[in-house]
Amino acid sequence: MGQIFGPTANTVARVSIVGGVLLVAGGMILVNAVDRSAYTSGTNIPPEQPVPFSHKHHVGGVGIDCRYCHTSVEKSATSGIPATEICMSCHTQIWADAPMLEPVRESYRTGKSIEWVKVHDLPAYAYFNHAIHVNKGFSCATCHGRVDQMPLIWKVNTLFMNWCLDCHKNPEKYIRPKEEVFNMAYQPKEDQMVLGARLVKEYNVRKLTDCSVCHR
Amino acid sequence: MSTQNAKPTTFDLEALRAKLAGAHGPAFWRSLDEVAETPEFQEYIDNEFTKGTSEWTDPVSRRRLMQLLGASLGLAGLTACTKQPPEKVVPYVRVPEEIVPGKPLFFATATTLGGFAQGVIVESNMGRPTKIEGNPDHPASLGATSIHSQAQTLALYDPDRAQVVVREGSASSWKTFLAAAAAVREKLVVQKGAGFRILTETVTSPSLAAQIRALLAEMPEARWHLYEPVSGDNARAGARIAFGDIVSPVYDLAKADVILALDSDFLTAGPGAVRYARDFSRRRDPNATGGMNRLYSVEACPTSTGATADHRLALSHTNVEMFARALASRVGAPAPPADTSAPAAWLDAVAKDLIDRKGRCVVIPGEHQSAAVHALAHAMNVALGNVGNTVLLTEPIESNLEDQYASLASLIADLKAGKVETLLVLGGNPVHTAPARMGFLDAYRRAKLRIRVGLYDDETAAYSHWVIPEAHTLECWGDARAFDGTVTLMQPLIAPLYDGKTHGEVLSVFRGHGDRTSHDLLKQYWQSQRPGPDFDTFWRKSIHDGFIAGSSARPKTVALQAGFASALPNPPEFSGPEIQFRPDPNLYDGRFANNGWLQELPRPVSLLVWDNAALISPRMAQKNGVQNGDVVELRAAARALRLPVWILPGHAEDSVTVHLGYGRTRGGRLASGAGVNANLLRSPDSPWVAYAGEIRKTGGSYTLATVQMHHSMEGRDVIRSAALADYRKDPRVFAHGEHGKLLSLYPERQYETYAWGMAIDLNACVGCNACTIACQAENNIAIVGKSEVVRGREMHWIRVDRYFSGELDAPDIHHQPVPCMHCEKAPCEPVCPVAATVHSNEGLNHMVYNRCVGTRYCANNCPYKVRRFNFLLYSDWTSKSLEGLRNPNVTVRSRGVMEKCTYCVQRISTARIAAELEGRKIKDGEVVTACQAVCPAQAIHFGDLNDPASNVSKIKKDPRNYSLLEELGTSPRTTYLAHLKNPNPALVKAGTSDHHAALVQIEARRA
Repeated sequence: MGQIFGPTANTVARVSIVGGVLLVAGGMILVNAVDRSAYTSGTNIPPEQPVPFSHKHHVGGVGIDCRYCHTSVEKSATSGIPATEICMSCHTQIWADAPMLEPVRESYRTGKSIEWVKVHDLPAYAYFNHAIHVNKGFSCATCHGRVDQMPLIWKVNTLFMNWCLDCHKNPEKYIRPKEEVFNMAYQPKEDQMVLGARLVKEYNVRKLTDCSVCHR
Repeated sequence: MSTQNAKPTTFDLEALRAKLAGAHGPAFWRSLDEVAETPEFQEYIDNEFTKGTSEWTDPVSRRRLMQLLGASLGLAGLTACTKQPPEKVVPYVRVPEEIVPGKPLFFATATTLGGFAQGVIVESNMGRPTKIEGNPDHPASLGATSIHSQAQTLALYDPDRAQVVVREGSASSWKTFLAAAAAVREKLVVQKGAGFRILTETVTSPSLAAQIRALLAEMPEARWHLYEPVSGDNARAGARIAFGDIVSPVYDLAKADVILALDSDFLTAGPGAVRYARDFSRRRDPNATGGMNRLYSVEACPTSTGATADHRLALSHTNVEMFARALASRVGAPAPPADTSAPAAWLDAVAKDLIDRKGRCVVIPGEHQSAAVHALAHAMNVALGNVGNTVLLTEPIESNLEDQYASLASLIADLKAGKVETLLVLGGNPVHTAPARMGFLDAYRRAKLRIRVGLYDDETAAYSHWVIPEAHTLECWGDARAFDGTVTLMQPLIAPLYDGKTHGEVLSVFRGHGDRTSHDLLKQYWQSQRPGPDFDTFWRKSIHDGFIAGSSARPKTVALQAGFASALPNPPEFSGPEIQFRPDPNLYDGRFANNGWLQELPRPVSLLVWDNAALISPRMAQKNGVQNGDVVELRAAARALRLPVWILPGHAEDSVTVHLGYGRTRGGRLASGAGVNANLLRSPDSPWVAYAGEIRKTGGSYTLATVQMHHSMEGRDVIRSAALADYRKDPRVFAHGEHGKLLSLYPERQYETYAWGMAIDLNACVGCNACTIACQAENNIAIVGKSEVVRGREMHWIRVDRYFSGELDAPDIHHQPVPCMHCEKAPCEPVCPVAATVHSNEGLNHMVYNRCVGTRYCANNCPYKVRRFNFLLYSDWTSKSLEGLRNPNVTVRSRGVMEKCTYCVQRISTARIAAELEGRKIKDGEVVTACQAVCPAQAIHFGDLNDPASNVSKIKKDPRNYSLLEELGTSPRTTYLAHLKNPNPALVKAGTSDHHAALVQIEARRA
């Protein structure tokens, strides 16, 4: 009886071992890539909204401060999605008949809220507080990007935990003077790391990384 | 009732008695099984999760489980790949005044029980009331609440509430009712109210009473009846015997050195309980001004108050009266001497103690005791000079002082005589709660038009023509008086969820004002009481405060009647075992039967859940040859009731206790099916006791759910207790077994900012369970149901362990609340394979739900057994109305994750952010945990251990401070202040209840 495995069998074995390892590794990398892709995290994709509200126009063009609409950002966990009456405080006067704004007028008339699609949507087990961040010198733009350049709003950061932790471990990389927090176009005048280190100390920024800071 | 096939645990009670008497048994024990060392108990301590806890034992669904298991294994990896589903964000159209999205608002209002108010502060998150706290300025609360107030948020969102107006079984509307009622009113006005009856519960509300009186003035032939199973009938009758006039006693326990409770559970039951517990506990501190007080309790069924007492004497209901008669003559009250089975030495010692502290003692009668006991208590308080010192006698608080059982009887008589055409039932559930032999249901059905206002579609609603959903106390305006008469105002936290109406609004329809809201009615009434230009200021201040300042009842001067002794009714004839009835400590008269939090909250001392039982003494169990869970038949005056027995050490020998509130047949998913209805056995002449009862074994058995064996710490030295005198001699009496600084393999951690810690004063704790239910409300803790409790799967984060010590028939009873210890060297942390439980820089032991994979290793390694696992999906994720109940700052847990006490980390976070925003440190007292806030006795202290000036740091320096299972080297952050008893030297038997003796026993057993 001849040998079952010919000389080529060694090559086949070697290739299949290496190939197998590569396949498994490749698969894992692929799964990881999909998991962290924009497809999963939803970054850079503006969802369709009931009214195509443009931050570019309102912030970049008209120059309205963030806090005019997001009223509770300095005092509460949530920044506050503006109530219809805030929209109408201007739009009873300007663009009062624009067809695009009909859902806003309808909401004001009927008392039924506009249902916006959440863009920055943390999982239910993560608790974020806007007030403490903006009061310690972390800008809206640091997390939300240059909304003054966005015709429709989208997410520029993944909001993954490692993204949060990057700043929680190295706040000096991102901190800015408190008076620049709502300035979209801010650029540091000196080396960020020098300025950051100084501000972290000055503002008593604590590098909180305990689980319960966000999860409870 | 249905019986299940369960093998009852059998043990020889005589052998247990001998074992405990001979000091061979454990010093502190939690159940008879533990003393008997039954296999069941052994199993509880051998395994963290006892047999059946971690297995799937439901045979029917096993196949289904395997299918799911296979499917989830295959799909497990894919679950992480799901995209987060898009969510909507729904802003206001117009932002209501004062609302900052994401920040809670707090409003003062009131909850009521038995007609009496407790002032509360309700937390509202974006319009949803989510948590109730006490109102620190309200005399009946002082910042704490009862378990019933805590449960009101669940009651509000209960998905089983009555939701629509029902007319003869089919859905109708308020408008239709208004039209129908207008026609009725027209007729009633013509006939001056003849044939019109109103049945209410106890009313203390000034505005409602005025409304009813105005209606009666317009319709003089109409009548107002009252019935509530638990009412002050006996107290009022007793006052009338003693003084010839009705007065309400209000006790000032802060001034009382010696307290005698005559079958009174004043620390946890009754309208003043929360306040009384506070005043009482203050005087439990050995360093309190005036010294530590002494409490004597005489009662049949052990209550929290009896358990807290320094001396407890188990006497049957009937014998308590004989005891009172015998004691009265000894303390100088004009009462004839009487025979009693109570030991003379006890009587003499109590009498002497009371006489020695004239003016600084108090005798408190139980509200279910006979009128004679109330009269005797008044006489004793007068004789002892307590009136005006520890006892304040005031004008009665209730608006209608009629005897309620008599009032119901006269209504039934009139119904049977066909004199009642229209019957308006405002609240209550008389079809269930009236003693069956009164025949209320038969009579009720004879009324031509029956209108019922109630929270649930219950037994009474089933037989009514019109059923109007009632507005919950958090949904309406109203007023009620507190135990001391303080007028307490209610304001709505939310619009009625189901368009419910208040009693006042429905009454108003019959006065021809169908359009008046509860706000109109309340404000108009008070405007009429306080006319003047400053009404608006008065009104705003009162609504803001939650009560009307200075409105407590006026003191009333009365004197003991000359012929007092002869006016006393004859003592009852007593033969055979008595059956005493009591409102359930949790479900009360059954109104909370559909409240899962209260159903699953262990009843004090018995620790039963989800059922009532015939509670009996070990001796009665022996006499009848019954074991726990054996079904017996109770008979009284030709009526019978079958229910399981539960042997309760410390129960009076010749007495059986059955709690009301169970055996509901309608009124919600949880209400029906739990326990048996004791009203079937009760009689209106003697609602709280059947003197000549019978008890007979039937041969059946039934599984009762109790938590007394769960989470046992294996008879280790967990309770430390000593007599005050021993402590005074040597404050280091508790410092036994100190192991010095234990070496650890793990490095010491530094806590640079805060180091949170807790101290629980066992001396202050009265065992009321409020901490457990407040924690449940704050932390979105699920209920699991009876069958899951039987498997040991209850979810409470803080449990109140109950220990017995001493003799089987007259044990000492101890309470110990046990939350997570937040050990510095936490044994749970190193065993978690996924780092889901980790230590924080502030010393908290975190539980990270989103990391947990459910290995349960942590729970296995926890010596304190404080970890709870979601074996199934216990949180209700489907009932829409319950979404409103959730605390938005706490994750609602899903199946397969571990959870436990977090020291209310959400409250720490809130305080930390508030402090950081202001650029300061968190102040002492700024973080108040839910259990700490609710505690009527202020037994729980919490704060920063890094701050030597903090309250908790100071308390931990007390010589009574000790750690649980210190020898394990876990360095718990939660510590205890040891328990002190203040026994009367004249009553101390040599060598009993002494801590050192107990220790000797522990050591002997270990050897």
